[in-house]
Amino acid sequence: MTYAIEAQGLTKRFGKTQALSGVDLTVEEGRVLGVLGPNGAGKTTTVRILATLLAPDEGTARVAGHDVVHEAKQVRRSIGLTGQYASVDEDLTGVQNLVMIGRLLDLSSRDAKARATELLAEFDLTDAGTRLVKTYSGGMRRRLDLAASLIGRPAVVYLDEPTTGLDPAKRDDVWDMVRALTAQGTTVLLTTQYLEEADALADEITVIDHGRVIAHDTARGLKQQVGGQTLEVRPLDLADLPAVREVLARIGSRDPEQPATDLLSVPVADDTALTSVVAELASRGIRVSELGLRLPSLDEVFYSLTGQKQADDQQEEEAA
Amino acid sequence: MKDTLVLAKRNVIKMFRNPEQFIDVSVQPIIMTVLFVYIFGGAVAGNTQSYLPFVIPGIIVQTIMFTSLTIGVNLNTDIQKGVFDRFRSLPIARSAPLFGAVLGDIIRHTIATGVTLVFAVIIGFRFVTPWYDVLAAIVLIVVFAVSLCWVSVFIGMLARSSGAVQGLSFLIVFPLTFGSSTFVPASTLPDWLQGWVAINPVTHVIEAMRGLFSGEAALAAGETVGGQVLWVLASCVVLVAVFFPLATWAYRRKI
Repeated sequence: MTYAIEAQGLTKRFGKTQALSGVDLTVEEGRVLGVLGPNGAGKTTTVRILATLLAPDEGTARVAGHDVVHEAKQVRRSIGLTGQYASVDEDLTGVQNLVMIGRLLDLSSRDAKARATELLAEFDLTDAGTRLVKTYSGGMRRRLDLAASLIGRPAVVYLDEPTTGLDPAKRDDVWDMVRALTAQGTTVLLTTQYLEEADALADEITVIDHGRVIAHDTARGLKQQVGGQTLEVRPLDLADLPAVREVLARIGSRDPEQPATDLLSVPVADDTALTSVVAELASRGIRVSELGLRLPSLDEVFYSLTGQKQADDQQEEEAA
Repeated sequence: MKDTLVLAKRNVIKMFRNPEQFIDVSVQPIIMTVLFVYIFGGAVAGNTQSYLPFVIPGIIVQTIMFTSLTIGVNLNTDIQKGVFDRFRSLPIARSAPLFGAVLGDIIRHTIATGVTLVFAVIIGFRFVTPWYDVLAAIVLIVVFAVSLCWVSVFIGMLARSSGAVQGLSFLIVFPLTFGSSTFVPASTLPDWLQGWVAINPVTHVIEAMRGLFSGEAALAAGETVGGQVLWVLASCVVLVAVFFPLATWAYRRKI
């Protein structure tokens, strides 16, 4: 098995803040790793170390077979970085931004232009190419930023919160682009605050909090670990509420909750819950205005992971 | 080297795109010229025409001092906006963005000097020296500006915001330009100020330019053009010796 990214025991301290206290990560070639965590968990610091922008205090990392500290230049030849804030030059046009980076990557003037044209077309920015980036919308900037990180056809791409602050339609655009990227065999490390995003894009998910890895699993495994999904039902007629509660109580893993006056929700363990509920509701003739499965939110993931971790620690203590 | 040129081109494109930066090197020296020549010319030199050879070098030097100190503001902004993160993730020399900015600035200085001189000629300024003296004057001011820009780079790397860089830069430029013979002959100043003016490198840059544009007759008694040029080159050496290491140290720490 070849790892495109291999990090061991990364630590980093900024003044009094311990940003990372021993992060281990591995990503196989051609796979997508989602790094999930709240603000300040150390996601960006990790990416910056792996992108050679910061040196770790301790620990080592190899990207595309090269050490990020001692072989930084070789690493830089293999990576593309899309930051949390689109790092394109506002006073240049889209084309000028991409050509400049192409030239810095040692493409000839003509090749840089050709690659810029190609990428602008791919990212649906052809018409905007000759406009100043200043005039771009947030979504367009992100797309240009992503295009900029792909000019050198990098083997490894870092996407640091690529959809933070985008509206849902723009977010879907970015998701499609990430999928296109992985279809070409690029290794992707994606940081996000949304389990939904990690679930949609990543093969595996590493959850970090307070500068440490607190879980590493596939999306499926992680969801099981944190109690799966939540089923929500909103009956059309309020009078059906008790009947719905009864159905949910039978299928769910605990008593239903009522987050709104006309809404009932219950955590469910397996994926067949939805079909069972639909069948049951239909046989009882209950009409619903809303019915859906929702992934646990980041809060719920953290609550359950950190809660579980404390419980594990207690068990270990008791065992010892 | 190619990377430096590519990044210098970026800075030049930005200058033409960014109205404020372009005004700094085009409209501003013209306004300053009009202001000083027509408002103070009569009072300082008796009439506007005889004030021109005196004040034009002063205006060029002041304009270029301001422009050379914007490099710190620009670098600071690039770092804040994350543009430098992109550069740093590319396989280029760490110094390329810095030298690219300096090279871009040399072009700005040349434009500012050219604009001021052309406008000065239009309103009646005449060179009395051969063309190579004029050229030497332009080269001299650009060399001085490039030596001075390391002060700005140093401040730009240490300050938290680009606004702070601007404020600090102004604190440096004002005593340097007004505490010199930029606008009025040093002999009209109080003694304590004359002491400062005599050691202020800006005074010598201006004197050297006056000599190179208008001949030795334009200088104060006892001064020679060559002597002034040497003074300027010596202050450039000192500026570079002190601030280049500091600036590159601060830059490397940040980059």
